[in-house]
Amino acid sequence: MRNQQATKLIFDLSQPGRRGTQFPESDVPVKPLADLLPADQLADQPPPLPEVTEADVVRHFVNLSQLNMSVDTHFYPLGSCTMKYNPKRHERWAKLPGIGDLHPYLDESRIQGMLAILYEMQEMLGEIAGLPAVSLQPAAGAQGELTALLTAAAYFQDKGEDRKKVLFPASAHGTNPASAAIAGFECVQLNSTVDGLVDMEELKANIDENTAVFMITNPNTVGLFEKEIAEISRLMHEAGGLVYIDGANMNAILGITRPGDFGGDMMHYNVHKTFTGPHGGGGPGSGPIAVRDFLEPYLPGPVLTKLEGDDGEPFYSLRDPEKSIGRVRSFFGNVGILLRGYFYLRTLGPDGVREISEIAVLNANYLLAKLKDILPVPNGDRCMHEFVASAKILQKEKGISAMDVGKRLLDFGFHAPTVYFPLVVAEALMIEPTETESRATLDAFADAIRQIVDEEPEFLHQAPHSTMHSRPDDVAAARKPVLKWSAQAQ
Amino acid sequence: MSYTFTTPEQQQEMLQEIGVNSIEELFASIPQELRFRGDLNLKPAKCELELEQEIASRAKQNQAGSGLTCFLGGGVYDHFIPSVVDEISSRGEFYTAYTPYQAEASQGSLQVFFEYQTLICQLTGMDVSNASLYEGGTAITEAALMAMRITRRTNKVAVLQSVHPEYREVLKTYLKLQGAELVVIDTPEGTVNLDEVIATLDEETAALVIQNPNFYGNLEQVAELADAAHDKGALLICSVDPLSLGVLKRPGDIGVDIVTAEGQPLGIPMQYGGPFLGILACRQEYMRKMPGRVIGTTSDRLGAPCFVLNLQAREQHIRRDKATSNICTNQGLLAIRATIYMTLIGPQGLREVGELCCQKAHYAAETLSGIDGYELAFDRPFFKEFVLRCPVPAEEVIARAAESGLGLGPKLSLFADGLAADTENLLLVAVTEKRTREEIDSLAEVLANGISERILAQHA
Repeated sequence: MRNQQATKLIFDLSQPGRRGTQFPESDVPVKPLADLLPADQLADQPPPLPEVTEADVVRHFVNLSQLNMSVDTHFYPLGSCTMKYNPKRHERWAKLPGIGDLHPYLDESRIQGMLAILYEMQEMLGEIAGLPAVSLQPAAGAQGELTALLTAAAYFQDKGEDRKKVLFPASAHGTNPASAAIAGFECVQLNSTVDGLVDMEELKANIDENTAVFMITNPNTVGLFEKEIAEISRLMHEAGGLVYIDGANMNAILGITRPGDFGGDMMHYNVHKTFTGPHGGGGPGSGPIAVRDFLEPYLPGPVLTKLEGDDGEPFYSLRDPEKSIGRVRSFFGNVGILLRGYFYLRTLGPDGVREISEIAVLNANYLLAKLKDILPVPNGDRCMHEFVASAKILQKEKGISAMDVGKRLLDFGFHAPTVYFPLVVAEALMIEPTETESRATLDAFADAIRQIVDEEPEFLHQAPHSTMHSRPDDVAAARKPVLKWSAQAQ
Repeated sequence: MSYTFTTPEQQQEMLQEIGVNSIEELFASIPQELRFRGDLNLKPAKCELELEQEIASRAKQNQAGSGLTCFLGGGVYDHFIPSVVDEISSRGEFYTAYTPYQAEASQGSLQVFFEYQTLICQLTGMDVSNASLYEGGTAITEAALMAMRITRRTNKVAVLQSVHPEYREVLKTYLKLQGAELVVIDTPEGTVNLDEVIATLDEETAALVIQNPNFYGNLEQVAELADAAHDKGALLICSVDPLSLGVLKRPGDIGVDIVTAEGQPLGIPMQYGGPFLGILACRQEYMRKMPGRVIGTTSDRLGAPCFVLNLQAREQHIRRDKATSNICTNQGLLAIRATIYMTLIGPQGLREVGELCCQKAHYAAETLSGIDGYELAFDRPFFKEFVLRCPVPAEEVIARAAESGLGLGPKLSLFADGLAADTENLLLVAVTEKRTREEIDSLAEVLANGISERILAQHA
């Protein structure tokens, strides 16, 4: 039932002379543009944007929206991405007059309500991290990583130390080494043990006076808690280095253990994941960082501080930390997403925050228990909020790959898990159910996989069968990239 | 409330299925000595009604766009947002999906991003656009890093002082640990002197970074600056106001190699500074050096055309420390908003909104500079904002205007990195298509009666 007409490219719907919106006549005296602007900079004609009506636009984009799977419509167990329910109240509040329409250069005295909220958000994130100093500035997790590494670099430089190495396990997200490289560090990748944890011997062999930071996701990307984390931190600290916690998996440990309590010196949050951002079709995110006291002077500015006003009431003010690394982006941060995280934490309270992690971990373990006999989980019978199953045996015996399973799940009305990540597990299917799914959904998902593994391999190689398209050719796409519509090509 | 489903009975059954007695057992791998004891120091939970009342009262403490006639500028503007933009971008199918890794389940987002890339190319006159970066500051920074890769000149980047001071600060932060020098070329006259640029650029310079209209609202000589950069083998990176391009020549038509922009004017609310939209587009030959996600067309198993994430081999999840950028999550929903906005206003709408801004800003500049004691700081062509020199510190003028419900600024002294000499009395005034003649006239009245008369009286 796809509306073939409305979902053509918007450029193919264009008809010269159509209008989607209008602007008023000028109410100030109009002068020829050539009198106002240099003639050599004036455009002869406006850019060739499409010409469509408002109704064209609405029907086009509403129909396109229906070609997506989303959390609002489907179970979306995309591992590492925490695709939980996004409460509607957040959307309404973030757009309220006095909240959604504030210009960033309004004087502090006129936006005390907003600054109070952001200050409280700083405090809450510090409390949950067990790390007191917070910067809300980074735009996403990857920028949080980079910001923390720049903070660490400034700290070492200030101490007169020239440390160049950043260590991370092979199971790390790709953003870890990419951020370290941009921050000017040398990347050293460590192998994991067969259990999927940090190999302590290899770690010891690689720590030296040149080591700046150890970056680790905890719980890690195979869904296990790094139980040696305290010892890892001790070793790093003994060598004068710092420990960075990638907070991608915070949904497992809220109120149960805190990065600051298990030895982390710095961490980032993914507000769009853990605190239900939402994900926006690929962002915006928000990646605030929390660090120890002694790193606070290096944080990017501005940060919020609470003062006492002349009337004895609190006054919230922006300030730059004394040895700040400088800005990592313009303006305050991805405030719209921080607000949604704030609304969420205020709705949950301390008990609700802990409950998230308890149920997320319960749901993941339940699904693991229901699947392990058909899809082995190489790293044990227990997991935190997600687990990584392997289709290695299935691939070997029947030729059914992780990709085949993921693609076929779409036919059952489930989004696919993350596939082929982490790299340390062969034929990986990384499954994160989150806490906002019912037992019935988890049962149906497990039943679907049970059915899939018994299907004909050839049928699975061609899955999905019920979607508009199946198995796009990525290789052809990359060989001769077509990245825009052009009139000539039509 | 934590939005969970499971009843206590179901929890027990699930635990049984797992083979444990309690939820606590599931956390056994976290050593006891690392556990957090007690309750997190967070405020107690509030239900929807209670929290809405609290937030509404917080909102009242803010003097907002709606309660304030906004003449504020400096990279964020109070432009009109058609209702369709809000309506479509509020669809859960768009905003509760994620990065389109599974193409078959994401054709909607993928097609919108492909249309976004095309629209950005049409708007800027460039060949290729990515699918978004964070915001305007990281966009010029990613462009500079990209230029360093393209030219293989890793020592030096030049930037005009008239580029937004916060963008320049981001550039400085990122370049510092790359070991590259950031050379700032002064712009005391409100735009750069071409000879000074020619004298500063050399064979080690990877790129010249400019903004047009610049931070002061003034127009730089883009084509001449492009020639100056190219003469030394450097690239020209230009950050533009997307809404100026219905009126001004497109950067791709006047020699710019990488164009970037803050996309906020394209249907994105001000939101106290974010989330916004980083736009980056470039010439064809630099396609594979570009940072960020890119969508392309291909065909499916049966030969039908469709869309996929393309050129992923440049990205962090494949190339890791050799990636063109560390960006993963981008600004998808804002790219969707910009796409809807651009298709709604079309070429004529873009022209009209640009003309309205330009005409109204010039009317405002003439009116305000006609008041005793006020003058334009620069004698340069400008588009929709300008720097006003006040007879008293800008701070006082801003405060006085705010009392009358008029938002002005930023004051130039807000920026630590001295923009021009004697910034104390300088402030930016931006005039969008939303501002009426009546509002401009009442701003003039406030400045005249509130400030200028008082100053004259003091001096009398």
